[in-house]
Parts: sequence; structure tokens; C-alpha cells
Amino acid sequence: MQESSSFIPYIKRYLKRCITGPWSLLCGLSVTFKYFIDPRRIVTEQYPENRKTLKMHPRYRGRLEMIEDADGNNHCTACGMCERACPNASINVLSTKNIAGKKVLGRYVYHFASCTQCGLCVEACPFGAIRMNQDFEVATTDPNTLEMILNKKEGQG
Amino acid sequence: MFVPSVTNPIGDFVRNLVPQVTAYLPVAFQSETLDSVVAFLINAVICIIAVCAVNIGSAPILIYMERKVCAHVQCRLGPMRLGWHGTMQTIADVLKMLFKEVYAPSGADKLMFYTAPMIVLIAPFMVCALIPFSKDLVVADVSMGIPLIIAVNGFGVLGILLGGWSSNNKYSLLGALRSGAQIISYEISFAMILLFVVMISGSTNLMDITMSQQGTVFDWWIFKIPVLGFIAFILFFISSTAEMNRAPFDIAEAEQELTGGYHTEYNGTPFAMFYLAEYIALVTNSALATTCFLGGFHAPCIGFAPVDNVLNMVPGLVWFFGKVFFMIWCYMMVRWTFVRPRVDQLMDFEWKFLLPVNLVLLTAGAAWIAISG
Ligand code: SF4
Ligand code: SF4
Repeated sequence: MQESSSFIPYIKRYLKRCITGPWSLLCGLSVTFKYFIDPRRIVTEQYPENRKTLKMHPRYRGRLEMIEDADGNNHCTACGMCERACPNASINVLSTKNIAGKKVLGRYVYHFASCTQCGLCVEACPFGAIRMNQDFEVATTDPNTLEMILNKKEGQG
Repeated sequence: MFVPSVTNPIGDFVRNLVPQVTAYLPVAFQSETLDSVVAFLINAVICIIAVCAVNIGSAPILIYMERKVCAHVQCRLGPMRLGWHGTMQTIADVLKMLFKEVYAPSGADKLMFYTAPMIVLIAPFMVCALIPFSKDLVVADVSMGIPLIIAVNGFGVLGILLGGWSSNNKYSLLGALRSGAQIISYEISFAMILLFVVMISGSTNLMDITMSQQGTVFDWWIFKIPVLGFIAFILFFISSTAEMNRAPFDIAEAEQELTGGYHTEYNGTPFAMFYLAEYIALVTNSALATTCFLGGFHAPCIGFAPVDNVLNMVPGLVWFFGKVFFMIWCYMMVRWTFVRPRVDQLMDFEWKFLLPVNLVLLTAGAAWIAISG
């Protein structure tokens, strides 16, 4: 009795799998076939040849830069959140005091050589003052150029 | 004296030419027997060259094709740099392989180690000689074609086992044993399906099997027997994929688990031979599928006279290779779509599903023959 009651569901499950199994294989094949015949799906870039027309994806994280308006003003308040968020100490926010005695940004020192482009500093900034730009040809032969000061003007915000 | 079973223009040309040339020789050398022997030998050399050309010539094309198909399935472009769309890439790779230093690991059985790749190459070359490429283009038109193919296919597993065992490496041995078990199991299904074809076509000669599918598309064995033909074709596809050690049944290589399986220790030319054998097996298995199910070198006529006349104007060789490359494309799509099953799942599939289904299919085929007369 015990045997037969478990036997019939087993057979049912087996037969069901005989249908669903090949069907799922066919679904997989249809996906790859769609990829195969549709050239628009190709993501490979022919890089050195299409350098003129190449556009990076918006999510790409290149070098860190400061968001500045046309006059070169930024939003940084020298709060230091980005410096604390950076896992490998690539940012030094050197603050200074303005005439009113308020703490403002002096120099925003960025060590590109040790930056891993993780983007944690951008997430940490409460004022939206920095972003990752789209540069990808950043190789250089002079290591001194990798130490940069991101802000053009001191002490706003 | 050495009468060929299939006459074709090239063979006849040689047979006519030899007496004309020997006429200039001294009288002592002139005899009917000598002429026929010489003509036979010349024809044999031509056949060997032709088989080698088809096999070795198709390998770079297939490797290029595999790279491109795989790339496009995965939304990539594949080789693009060397030559137009990377066409020279394969040739460069082959040259690189050939110029590499060949060495065996210490402790390896040198004789076996270097014999194994050659044994692997035997099977596909011999099967290729049996395939009728066109109405009068077949190297060996033997009457026991299908049993010979089943027998010769077993050589492949011998080479893989020897290669794995002789290279003195755990991974190689494991891969070889796994693939030995796999190929021997799937060979049964493979043979059963070929027997099904023999049963319905009433001949073991590959030429006769092709000729029995003459007519329209619906006279091909895949469509001629309702449902059964198609099921048989699918089963043949599965078991030949396993026979060739191709993904999803590439248990023998399984690079994630076995770092390459039986050819872990091989490099340079011996490795290239394993690689070559794999791709020639792809050609021969596709050719076999074409011959047994897709009407061989017959044009895909649809039973509408004006269209059929146009289709029949294309030589059989072109149709044959067209179908073969379609089959190869199917094998490639399957390879780059499906995931590899575990070893026990693979064995389960053969012994608990494929073999019973095959037996049922054979019985059903016999019943169909009995009913339809
Ligand atoms: S992207 Fe990451 S590593 Fe680079 S400066 Fe920002 S937090 Fe530091
Ligand atoms: S960039 Fe943002 S987080 Fe960093 S110091 Fe300036 S305001 Fe603070």
C-alpha cells in the first residue's frame, strides 16, 4: 500500500519532467539563437579603431573629479566624509579658515595612483560635490602627475 | 582486377591514362595486370590525399567557425585582428602549436604517450573514407559500412584511455576513466540509432542508405517515418555529442574540475592532434547524421517541379557540405548553450533514459515496417 501511494506521484513527476526538461532546454536555445542572429546585442568595442566615436557607459567609474560650475565654484564644505570613506586613503582634504573664521576647503588632494575607483567617496559626500568621470585613457609615464589637486578655487561653501 | 565499386570521372581518367603512358615503356613492362595495379595505386594515393585534405583542411575552418559562433552567442565579436575579421588567427594558432617544443612528463610511458594521439586520429579518418560525398564520390564503398563505423569509432576511446593512463598524472587518469565510461555507454545508444537507420533503409551500405532517401524532403528518414524519424534524429544528436566528448557532455575535459582531463600533460603537436581529432570527429559525425537522416547529397526538393529543377542543378557535393555545416552549427549552438551535467547524471541519462527509449524506438520502427509493408 505504502509502495503504490508513493509510486504514482513519482511516475507523475517523472513524466512531467520529461516535458519540462526539453522545454527548458529549448528556451535556453532560443535565447542563444536570438543573441546569435542579432548583431545589435554585441558589446565588444573595437577600441583603438573606434576611438573617435567610443562612448563610455554612464556607469563607468574613471578618475575622481569635482563638480564645478562655469565659474569654477564647487560645493565642497571640507567636511572630510569622503576622506574617511576612502578605504585606501587616496583623498586628503586640507581645510583652511576664511575671513569669517569658518572652515572651508583649502586643497583637495587626490592620489590617483592608489585609488581603486570604488566610488565610495562619491557615495559618502553629503553635498554631491564630487563624481567619477568617464576618463579611461589615464596611463602615464610620470608618477607625479597622479597626485592632483581637484579644486580650482579655495574656500567656498 | 581491382574493379572499383563506384566509378567516378577521376578514377576513370587515371585508369585510361595509365595504359597510354605505359605504351611508351619497353614491351617487357606492358601487361594488363601491371596497368591495373599501377592505376589502382595511383587512385589510392589520390583517395588518401583527398581524405587528408577534407579532414585537415576543415579543421582550421571549424576552429574559426567555433570561435565566431561562440563569440556571437555570448554577445562578443570573436577574433577580429589578424586578417579580415580574424580569418588568419586560426592559421597563426596552428603554426604556434606546430613550433612548440614537444616533451613528455617524467615517469610517463613515452611509447604510449606518443601513440595515443595517433590512435585517436584513426577513427575519424576511417569514418571519413566511408562517407559518400556525392553520387560518385566515395573512397570506400563497403557493403558493411554501418558496422564498420560502429567498430572503428571505438578506437577513439582507446586513444583517450592510453593518453590519460600513460601521462602519469592524476587528472589525466581521472579524465580518461570518466570519458572511457562515458563513451562506452553512449556508444550503445549510438549503435542502436544507426541500427534503426539500417532497419528502415534495409541496407548497411552508406551509399544505399543515401539512395533510399531519394526524392523530396519528405523522403528523408527524419521526416519519412512520422515522429519516429525525428525522435531518432534527436537521439542520434545526443549520443553523437557524447561520443565526440563535446559540451554539454565534455566530461573528459571538464577544465574546471580536471584541468583539461586526458590531455592535461600534452603540448605542441600531440595536443594539436587531439584537438584535430575532436574537430574531424565533428565533421564525420555531422556527415553521418546528414547521410542517415538528412538525405545525404540529395537536394532538398519540395515536390514542385520548377523549383526542384533549379535545386537539382546544384551539385550534390555542395548540398552535402551545406547540410554538414548546418549540423555542425547545431552542435556548436548546443555546446555554447547548455551546461555540463555531473558524471552520475550523465550515466543516469544514458542507462535509465536513452537506452530504454532506444529499445522502444527500435521496436516501434519494426512495427512501423511491418504495418506499412
Ligand atoms: S574611488 Fe574609492 S579609492 Fe578612489 S578616492 Fe574614492 S573612495 Fe578612495
Ligand atoms: S567632497 Fe564632499 S565629502 Fe569630501 S570634503 Fe567635500 S563635501 Fe565633504
